[in-house]
Amino acid sequence: MRIVCPFCGERELGEFTYLGDAKPVRPEAGASEDEVFDYVYLRDNVAGETNEYWYHGGGCRAWLKVTRNTLTHEISSVEPAAGAGAAKVGA
Amino acid sequence: MAGAQTHRLGNGGLIDRSAPLNFRFDGKAFSGLQGDTLASALIANGVKLVGRSFKYHRPRGILTSGSEEPNALVELRTGARREPNTKATTAELYEGLEAASQNRWPSLRHDVMSVNQLFAPIFVAGFYYKTFMWPAKFWEAIYEPAIRRAAGLGRAAGVADPDHYDKAWAHCDVLIAGSGPAGLAAALAAGRSGARVILCEEDFVPSGRLLSDGGTIDGVPAAEWLPRTLAELAAMPDVRIMTRTTLFGVYDGGTYGAIERVNDHLPSPPEHQVRQRLWRIVAKRCVVAAGAIERPIVFAGNDTPGVMMASAMRTYVARYAATPAKRLALFTNNEDGWRTVETALGAGLQIAAVIDARADVSPAHRSLASKGGFPVLHGAVSGVDGGKDGVRKIAVSLTGGARAEVEADGLAVSGGWNPAVGLTSFHRGRPKWRDDIAAFVPDGAPPGMVAAGAANGDFGLGACLSQGFAAGAAAARDAGHNGTPGAAPVADDEAFSLTPLWHVAGKGKAFVDYQHDVTASDIELAQREGFESVEHLKRYTTLGMATDQGKTSNVAGLAIMAAVSGRSIPETGTTIYRPPYVPVAIGAFAGHHRDETFHATRLTPSHHWAVEQGAIFVDTGLWKRAQWYPRAGEKDWLESVTREVKAVRGGVGFCDVSTLGKIDVHGPDAGAFLDRVYINTFSNLAVGKARYGLMLREDGIVYDDGTTARLAEDHYFLTTTTAKAGLVMQHLEFCRQVLFPELDVQLTSVSDQWAQFSIAGPKTRDLLKEIVDPAEDLSNEGFPFMGAREVTLRGGLKARLFRISFSGEMAFEISVPARYGDALVRNLMLAGAPFGVTPYGTEALGVMRVEKGHIAGPELSGTTTAADLGLGKMMSTKKDYIGRVMAGREALIAPDRQVVVGIKPADKARRLRSGAHIIPKGQTPGPGNDQGYVTSVCFSPTSDRWIGLALVERGRERIGEIVHAHDPLRGEDYDVELCNPVFYDPDGGRQRG
Ligand SMILES: [Zn+2]
Repeated sequence: MRIVCPFCGERELGEFTYLGDAKPVRPEAGASEDEVFDYVYLRDNVAGETNEYWYHGGGCRAWLKVTRNTLTHEISSVEPAAGAGAAKVGA
Repeated sequence: MAGAQTHRLGNGGLIDRSAPLNFRFDGKAFSGLQGDTLASALIANGVKLVGRSFKYHRPRGILTSGSEEPNALVELRTGARREPNTKATTAELYEGLEAASQNRWPSLRHDVMSVNQLFAPIFVAGFYYKTFMWPAKFWEAIYEPAIRRAAGLGRAAGVADPDHYDKAWAHCDVLIAGSGPAGLAAALAAGRSGARVILCEEDFVPSGRLLSDGGTIDGVPAAEWLPRTLAELAAMPDVRIMTRTTLFGVYDGGTYGAIERVNDHLPSPPEHQVRQRLWRIVAKRCVVAAGAIERPIVFAGNDTPGVMMASAMRTYVARYAATPAKRLALFTNNEDGWRTVETALGAGLQIAAVIDARADVSPAHRSLASKGGFPVLHGAVSGVDGGKDGVRKIAVSLTGGARAEVEADGLAVSGGWNPAVGLTSFHRGRPKWRDDIAAFVPDGAPPGMVAAGAANGDFGLGACLSQGFAAGAAAARDAGHNGTPGAAPVADDEAFSLTPLWHVAGKGKAFVDYQHDVTASDIELAQREGFESVEHLKRYTTLGMATDQGKTSNVAGLAIMAAVSGRSIPETGTTIYRPPYVPVAIGAFAGHHRDETFHATRLTPSHHWAVEQGAIFVDTGLWKRAQWYPRAGEKDWLESVTREVKAVRGGVGFCDVSTLGKIDVHGPDAGAFLDRVYINTFSNLAVGKARYGLMLREDGIVYDDGTTARLAEDHYFLTTTTAKAGLVMQHLEFCRQVLFPELDVQLTSVSDQWAQFSIAGPKTRDLLKEIVDPAEDLSNEGFPFMGAREVTLRGGLKARLFRISFSGEMAFEISVPARYGDALVRNLMLAGAPFGVTPYGTEALGVMRVEKGHIAGPELSGTTTAADLGLGKMMSTKKDYIGRVMAGREALIAPDRQVVVGIKPADKARRLRSGAHIIPKGQTPGPGNDQGYVTSVCFSPTSDRWIGLALVERGRERIGEIVHAHDPLRGEDYDVELCNPVFYDPDGGRQRG
């Protein structure tokens, strides 16, 4: 499998680490235990397109949001996480 | 001297008659020629019997001339290089080659296990499953050992492989599998278009079946067209033809696996060369021109040595000038089989008869028969009379019911051709059935891949050339190359008329899967017992599960199942195809990653100095760390470690702690960021101070710990454990980039940039004063406990100094840029000599941390909470942080959780060991009363006894209680007392002093 890192270009799977489903959003401080429980444990088992987090640890250390089809492994988009890159330096 | 090559033709063939090669098979000396495979050399010497079969130990000969071979498997080479299950049909002959047949005892010709044939009923389909239903005791004691002795393939060498294997990457526009007419035409088209081309050919000579079957291309014989074409390809700088290389797998994103047998054709690899190389090839497009595999017809005795695929028979005659038979018969159901007759006649061999299952034979072949003086029998072979010396007589059932007999010493069989659909089906693709050729052909392929020629079910030479050329040109275009491919090579298509025939009824065993000894009746039995689905059929009978993955047997097996279950073949379907297409040695997948190069090795900044000191090293993840520094006269590690601990507690010592993960956290929001990842607060840490921090996972369990110092308003220096250095960096990046992108903070891994040493003991200041610039105030007031700041060393080097202590002694950690680490350690030794400075290793470090009750890896076990570790008070209630909510779950705050507590043996002289279970005193150990376990132990020189830490239910409420330590692994049982985990200096006066 190959992932096109928005910062580094096309790289092979061995440079990346898989985390998992990118859909759950961490609840705000003050959220109930049930909400946090869902965030930590509940995942859809998707047959088809899914968003997931990958870490380019063998490259630029960016966290990436990868859209992948779990049936074909086809990757249709790769987006950097909101805080990836060094855009804030000097800003 | 080696025997004469009695079955070698006087001329012809692609062998070098001026280069004879000596070899041994089962200890007997033979000679062959350069250009031979082991199989062709054996055939040239008249050897027909080459092995015994898997279950029944039936005599077996050579069936094919390629990598689909199910029968002729040998142990190649000897000693450490002995390689079992090597196909004689692809093993290149070399001078001195030694091979041995498999599955026979005491010898190939007199094999006592062939009595298995008499017990055939126990080896029928599903026998493993049925056998498992017998009482387990019988299975273990009797059946399994017996079956293991009787059934099996070759023996592994049993010692380490002395050779090296390599792994490499390659990139290209167009990857081509196979160098037959379709592959060569594809390479021509793609190469002329300007594409970067890699062509993989598993044979040691390119050209595929053109070498055996010839033909006329562009008006000239193939023998003339081939060198011209290969020369044109060789002249293209971006076309690379890799022979001895099999494309075995297709992976996602246009990644392919190929195995190159770099030096398998030599007795051993030349110095500094590898045996095999595993290629990962990234290609924009792939043309599969892997050809087709001729399939057998299933009939009684079809495994008799001398029964051979028709195409293999003519390969041996045409390419190797070796004659598998002097008087041969052909059994065919199609036109192509007749080419073997033409080749054999051309080589002066006798044809006994042609048995053709079709209703009609072409007039040209009829006249060939009458000219050659042999009969054409319409019907099918129903039995073979022969044994280990090969075919003698062939029984024929004629169309209409009569019987006939043919005397011959060889039988060529052609049941048609199966396109090699493996590569195109590896992404769970299911091939589709084509009635006109009675075979499965690719139905689509993984993205970027296309099949051409015989691999696509189009067997004619003209079709192979035109399809291959078109596929190569299209692939180059798709990859962005618009050069002109020019004209495609042209040839006529041969006729291919086939009447499907899979199985001929008859008496005796009729084999479908030769390598796993699966017969037609096994398939019929599977159907009767309800295993009709192909996936069940495969597993129940083991059809297609041997090392050849059923290349010659799967389709015949499906056809027989279809017939007995009253379905069509496409309705019956195929099993799923999976890589590798051919067996690949594990060594090739490992490459250089074995022994000391299994993984990268990280050396600490003081490593070379520690080697000079004679340190003993321990592997900690990728690191080599000094474990202790033995001195002359010390009898064991314990004596050395005890000395090191006493030296630190009584004077001063130092230890390289550079392996800790180190992360610079910069930015105006650095403090706020750390507040969210640690359970305790860092935003209120004063500049110039350090604080111990604990991180949780989001599920509330402790993740990692370490000390973090604030070096400036917007700059923290964070340390992690050695084990989690990389993972914590990844976790913090996730927090920064994904969870809290609004925070203005940046992380930099500086683990490798700083050499860090712990200097500990009451004389630490005395030593540091010799190292640090005299202007620096190291007094308790000038540099208090948990102070942290940059200092200048004597000579002007800037260093970071942290007054932190893991040992419980007055201690500092000092950081210098990594390149100064070696100089620093040598200076510490020089400057510390008057104070008796003692280097200490990870063992003494561990002893002192247990004495001090500090937690480490064994307690940070992935199951413990902050409260379990006695650190519950650190959990801030004034802020949100990772893991806060989940840490409050009912079970994680239950009062009966196992918590860290100290232990000491009731018998002061007893040694403790980690892993022992804690059981209430007086109770019989069992899962019901297991209350925890011992996590860390050491011999404490300070207490002069063994001490330890344990996780024990309600442990903190039970201080002083005597409990039972149960260690079934080591057979030990003893009492221990639960105690305060801080054995040394409980009020911490020494580290503050
Ligand atoms: Zn990257």
